[in-house]
Amino acid sequence: MNKSSRSVMTFKNGIHPVCHGKELSEAFPVQTAPLLERYTVTVAQNAGKSPQLVVNPGDKVKKYQLLARADGFVSANLHSPTSGEVRAIIDVPGPAGVPVKAVEIISDGLDEALPPLPSIDWKNADAKTLLDRIAECGIVGMGGASFPTHVKLSPPPEKQVDTLILNGAECEPFLTADHRLMLEDPESVLAGAAIMGKILGTDRIFIGIEVNKINAMSVLQEKAEPYGVKIVPLKVQYPQGSEKQLIDAITGRQVPSGGLPMDARCVVQNAGTASAVARAVIGGLPLIERIATVTGRVIKKPGNWKLRIGTPVIEAIRLAEGVTEEPGKLILGGPMMGISQTSFDVPVAKSTSGILLLSREQAVNYTSGNCIRCGRCVQGCPMRLLPCAIAAAVESYRFDLAQKQHVMDCLECGACAYVCPAKRPLVQHNRRAKAEIRRQMKK
Amino acid sequence: MDENKNTPEIMLPTGESLVVSSSPHLSSSDRTSYIMGKVLLALIFPAAAGIWYFGWRAAWVIFLTAVFCIGAEALWCKVAGKPVKATVLDGSAAVTGVILGLNMPPEVPFYVPLLGAILAIWIGKQVFGGLGYNPFNPAVVARVGLLIALPGIMTLSPVPRGMDQNYPNVKEFRTPVDAVTCATPLSIVSASPKIKGNDYYAQKNFEKVDTPALVKEYFLGCKGGSIGEVCIPAILLGALVLIGFNLINWRVPVCYAGTVAIITGIVNYFCPGVTPSPLFHLVTGGLMFAAVFMATDMVTCPITGTGCVIFAFGCGVITSVIRIWGNYPEGVSFAILFMNALVPLIDKWSRHRPFGYRHRKEAAK
Amino acid sequence: MLHLVLIAVITMGCLGLLLGLVIGFFAKLFKVESDSRVELVTELLPGANCGGCGKAGCADFAKSIVSGENAPGKCPVSSKEQITAIALALGIDAGEGFKKCAVVRCGGDKHQVARTVNYNGVLDCASASLVAGGPKGCRYGCVGMGSCAAVCPFGAIEIVNNLALVHAELCVGCGRCAAACPRGVIELVPVGSPVHVYCNSPEKGPEKRKNCKVPCLGCRKCEKTFPEKFKVEGFLARVRYDAGVLPTPEDIEVVKCPTGALLTAARHQEIETIDPEYSIK
Repeated sequence: MNKSSRSVMTFKNGIHPVCHGKELSEAFPVQTAPLLERYTVTVAQNAGKSPQLVVNPGDKVKKYQLLARADGFVSANLHSPTSGEVRAIIDVPGPAGVPVKAVEIISDGLDEALPPLPSIDWKNADAKTLLDRIAECGIVGMGGASFPTHVKLSPPPEKQVDTLILNGAECEPFLTADHRLMLEDPESVLAGAAIMGKILGTDRIFIGIEVNKINAMSVLQEKAEPYGVKIVPLKVQYPQGSEKQLIDAITGRQVPSGGLPMDARCVVQNAGTASAVARAVIGGLPLIERIATVTGRVIKKPGNWKLRIGTPVIEAIRLAEGVTEEPGKLILGGPMMGISQTSFDVPVAKSTSGILLLSREQAVNYTSGNCIRCGRCVQGCPMRLLPCAIAAAVESYRFDLAQKQHVMDCLECGACAYVCPAKRPLVQHNRRAKAEIRRQMKK
Repeated sequence: MDENKNTPEIMLPTGESLVVSSSPHLSSSDRTSYIMGKVLLALIFPAAAGIWYFGWRAAWVIFLTAVFCIGAEALWCKVAGKPVKATVLDGSAAVTGVILGLNMPPEVPFYVPLLGAILAIWIGKQVFGGLGYNPFNPAVVARVGLLIALPGIMTLSPVPRGMDQNYPNVKEFRTPVDAVTCATPLSIVSASPKIKGNDYYAQKNFEKVDTPALVKEYFLGCKGGSIGEVCIPAILLGALVLIGFNLINWRVPVCYAGTVAIITGIVNYFCPGVTPSPLFHLVTGGLMFAAVFMATDMVTCPITGTGCVIFAFGCGVITSVIRIWGNYPEGVSFAILFMNALVPLIDKWSRHRPFGYRHRKEAAK
Repeated sequence: MLHLVLIAVITMGCLGLLLGLVIGFFAKLFKVESDSRVELVTELLPGANCGGCGKAGCADFAKSIVSGENAPGKCPVSSKEQITAIALALGIDAGEGFKKCAVVRCGGDKHQVARTVNYNGVLDCASASLVAGGPKGCRYGCVGMGSCAAVCPFGAIEIVNNLALVHAELCVGCGRCAAACPRGVIELVPVGSPVHVYCNSPEKGPEKRKNCKVPCLGCRKCEKTFPEKFKVEGFLARVRYDAGVLPTPEDIEVVKCPTGALLTAARHQEIETIDPEYSIK
């Protein structure tokens, strides 16, 4: 089937969340957050090995100064968000709910920066120089998985990559950070895409955007020509922004089960990552800030903010003029895959695309009715699994049956649990099964 | 007020009441009870048509069956120590009750709905563990049970409104024993002798019940039968509602009716003395009602589209076989009951390949 | 009339005879050699099928006894008399009866542990501990949602004040609870050991203090007093159950554990069940 003949592309199955919540913040331009007195920069901000600290309590640091050096290949550098003094290495509530190590930096109010690294003429530079710069600037995937970008851009030689896909789908409800970025700074996104295309040695570069961001699409379309980037309109459908589904929608290739996008000859990067790459290569600036959406119906003034890494969430909420009532849930990321937090002291990380507050009514009270076999989870599952059957297996502790039902392919996107009329905890069951099966495999 | 304006105070959350849970943190507004409510909405059409043809007595039967079903469910939950209110409010007992009520002839004595409710809710559903765990459609279980236990009552039908005016040969349908009951078209077919071959007598065998004018009357609903099954347009309206709300898989009714039409069509073409025309089969008996409301029951029907096709095909074959060669005039309940038993197997056969397995070899190259 | 009856009787008789012969023939042909001793031992075993012996069930265990792979004493459920009966019946040695009992090494009930997380989800320990580390502040202690109690075939585990409590008199030491616990809090100890360290957290003392009023701080007081009975690994004291000399309740009086993590099993049970509002000063 010739997929490119269709005007709006998409994948099979998936759901259409009705209350998307994007209207709360999508009209507000990105504002730069003022300098804070205190930042807590968590050390482990990337998938893989956490970097080695190179500063000690009492050290004076400048903005962009290295705080922690990458330890090994699958690791990423960490830089200081401002100038000031390292007061201590403390434990802060981490994004995954468990305490993590963080560098506490007390700002001196001067925001003195180190001189930026020299700009690279990327059109004539070789891949090695560009990759080194990306690694040096500590860039990780900013969509949520925070995988070090330089690792993702250096596929092993036996894997051919012919397509680079930029993920501008932003299919999570409520989040508008990537939307505003593409709308306001299209040049950096396009330049980043072209740089990454250069590194991979491909000129098949696509940016997939859901059609609910029509203004961003037209802005990008106008400027895309010189960069050799194609804009692909995508249907508004969840999870359109999942790597595997995005590749399927744009190229029609299926990433094999248990494989990586490069097994389908693709590399997928987030639009925010592309912008960070452009700033690192052209501007010479390490990654110390990112755009995040501060939103939710209990937030007084939802909006999009350029927040420095290490900003405590409570400060971001202060920027949004606080709340109208005591919230019931704090979520980092989107409502479908984000992680609910136990404390407002959790700091913003490189992968924090959104800070979402839900009211106490929205903080769904757990119930689990009987499965009525309506099959909505099956219609909704983008991996075409049978979530109801997996849940039944997990509830009777039959993890072997769950594995036979391909539970390991589950993305945990939450489409099944969203549509379930009995409100069964399908994702939690899948997660439990995956953890259990991994544990048994290790044995 | 003014003071507040001058010193804008930012209310910051304390984080004391933060709830943590597994993602997703949003969920659709759909609930099991809403689904059942929408099914009840779709059932209004055949119910209204049945009441129009058979009078208020039909409404009483439907109401009684629904009330008995809800009562049976509440009683079971009370005895078994399950939450009574939550179970009754999910609406499944009401749906079962209304469907079962629509499956009854309009003139049944009160103990028939009572017996049916007990069969449906206790034997058909709760002994298996309640909603979602029942392998058989409770309403079908009850209908089959009643059909076997009380065949006299369950097959008698009162005269529908307008029969005497619309039927050219109404005497064929009015049973001689009394003035108030009439025979259903299928029971007349079942009682008449089967003539093999394709000669003149075979072609004339069903001419008294299978004429275009009569088929039109059957279609509109002027025929003997159960309350819900008589009026085909009302059933089709209900089907539209169900498909519009994405509550049933359209493949089930389409394949079911299609299979019956094809099989009876083939038999009728070669041996017109054995069975009437496929059109006759489609509009008589409980076929359409069962295909739309009973075979499509979410709990007892396969999950995948392919599975639904297999399931509906099986139902169609069994229904046709019973109607053409069986002793009973009608076979839909038995067909659905039998195919219900095969659903786990069909589910296993029709499991589709997950994402990432189709191109596995090709992509690995 | 008579000949009708006769025909019926003769036909049925012949049919019965024929089928009987066929069944007898196949029974001979496909005879499965079964050891009567296995059946005997299976009958003598308790039939709980708990799996505590390491076999799939009592019948499987009986097979392994007859084949000499296991000694009857390996059964954790049978009493000494029952085991001797099995040994006598087979004329073999009873083997050592190393009886075990489960103990939940955590004292963090709802009065002692800061409940830091309002968890909302599946009521299962493993599922709950995947979400923000579970409902209690401590990430090493008992989750308290009763996954162990759910799998116990003997009903020996009770959840009191969000803490699993093993009733030693019911426990046979089959180890199912230990396998079900996602945090490895439950340990199998020699039956009748009177004293346990009710803590499972390897964290540093001050970290534990944040979440719990009764942690083991790793102060080494017990180890210094009775080095042959206690051992401190990292910041967590453990009773040396394998050392041969078990600590006695009198030893606790001598040690004077500063937090009260070192307790007799009886006292622990008393705190949790009889006097739930009691908190150790």
